Amino acid sequence: MSPPVAPLGWSRWLVPPAALSVHLSIGQAYAWSVFKPPLESALGLSGTQSALPFQLAIVMLGLSAAFGGTLVERNGPRWAMTVALICFSSGFLISALGAATEQYWLIVLGYGFVGGIGLGIGYISPVSTLIKWFPDRPGMATGIAIMGFGGGALIASPWSAQMLESFGSDHSGIALAFLVHGLSYAVFMTLGVLLVRVPRPAGPGAQGDPGAAAGVQVSARTAVRTPQFWCLWVVLCMNVTAGIGILEKAAPMITDFFADTSTPVSVTAAAGFVALLSAANMAGRIGWSSTSDLIGRKNIYRVYLGVGALMYALIALVGDSSKPVFILSALVILSFYGGGFATIPAYLKDLFGTYQVGAIHGRLLTAWSTAGVLGPLIVNWIADRQEEAGRHGSSLYTASMVIMIGLLVVGFVANELVRPVHARHHHVPAPKEAADAAADAETGSPTGSATDVAGARPQQPESA
Amino acid sequence: MSQEPGPSSPNPPDRRPLTAFAWLWVGAPLAYGLYELVRKATQLFTG
Repeated sequence: MSPPVAPLGWSRWLVPPAALSVHLSIGQAYAWSVFKPPLESALGLSGTQSALPFQLAIVMLGLSAAFGGTLVERNGPRWAMTVALICFSSGFLISALGAATEQYWLIVLGYGFVGGIGLGIGYISPVSTLIKWFPDRPGMATGIAIMGFGGGALIASPWSAQMLESFGSDHSGIALAFLVHGLSYAVFMTLGVLLVRVPRPAGPGAQGDPGAAAGVQVSARTAVRTPQFWCLWVVLCMNVTAGIGILEKAAPMITDFFADTSTPVSVTAAAGFVALLSAANMAGRIGWSSTSDLIGRKNIYRVYLGVGALMYALIALVGDSSKPVFILSALVILSFYGGGFATIPAYLKDLFGTYQVGAIHGRLLTAWSTAGVLGPLIVNWIADRQEEAGRHGSSLYTASMVIMIGLLVVGFVANELVRPVHARHHHVPAPKEAADAAADAETGSPTGSATDVAGARPQQPESA
Repeated sequence: MSQEPGPSSPNPPDRRPLTAFAWLWVGAPLAYGLYELVRKATQLFTG
């Protein structure tokens, strides 16, 4: 499938909604917990068993993003979005069959394995295209899309809950809910497939993005061999670990923290706190990522990691004596968590160019998978040990806070070590690719991946 | 996929209605999600 090239007059503002239609859909993954209690009672599963489809989906997200990135770059965003649509929707349809026949393995296979591939390919599908359309504001562009991944759970969580309430929580009700999810997401994601376009290569005399043509261009294969890639891997891993540390245990954490005070936090208020954290996570994705276009990527990560460490220190120092300080600090940390996710594609673009930025981003997402294990492990393990030692209240989490500060400092140092990529790693287009790109620039009809080669200059979008 | 005018077309069609539709398509469910979020978040101060 050739990448779909934008016709003359195509607005670049059609690309973010295309990306959002995919990210808002696959963001449903974070709302999997809605299905857990009904599945447990309908199919007689344990909590660990009912978490399996989600866990496998996240593993498949990391693997398919890492290994499918090059294919996404080669075949273009429409191909990637189509694959994401087919996998994500079929995942639900297979799960519907599994629920209807009470075969749980089909739900694990459908939602976890097949759907998980859709998550990974869908997550990276619009990144490279958005950066090419918005060379002046890559942080804002990728921030919009990646904000959608956070927004997906906000939509799916109440929607799925209402559906289960209407259809019933027995196996046939769950099957019907899965079926409706699969069909609805297929329709919703179709908009992205139909709308997404790559910028036209500039013809003679057209204005292009000088950075894309003349700047650094590094292939994904080469990028993973550079210290810059691994520095960013550490940066992302540490930032995500610090955020997940709070996010994963937010409700019990705020309840435990103020349990010994005169104003304990109720279960309902704790649920409100979790919702507020989700809002901060989402706002950080678009807000901080857009800010990075103004102050630079290295500086914004200095803020995420440096101020993030200070916020953790503040929580540890103030303890249970101030609820507003705890809440505000947690909100800031979560906004940095979201910002870290959303800004990384633009940071990669700054360092490695647009040539294979989607594929490089896919490989970097293994840091997310690592952090997804590391963050909850640290906080839960330490909280359990502290509880065994007879501690309670805010002191349950003091050691975790200190470890999170340490991790953020490691991330801060890794960010400081990031330097421009050495010229020996720069990609030089093969003679055939360069010739294709030159020919496409003449005719305005690119073939294959010619729009991606360093020599092809993307068209300056008509509307800014 | 609908036919689109070629690169040499002198008057490209007005994309504003399509742009508005596309943003509405993704904006409406997002607004619903945000509304539900705000409802839940207020429980922190009232619950």
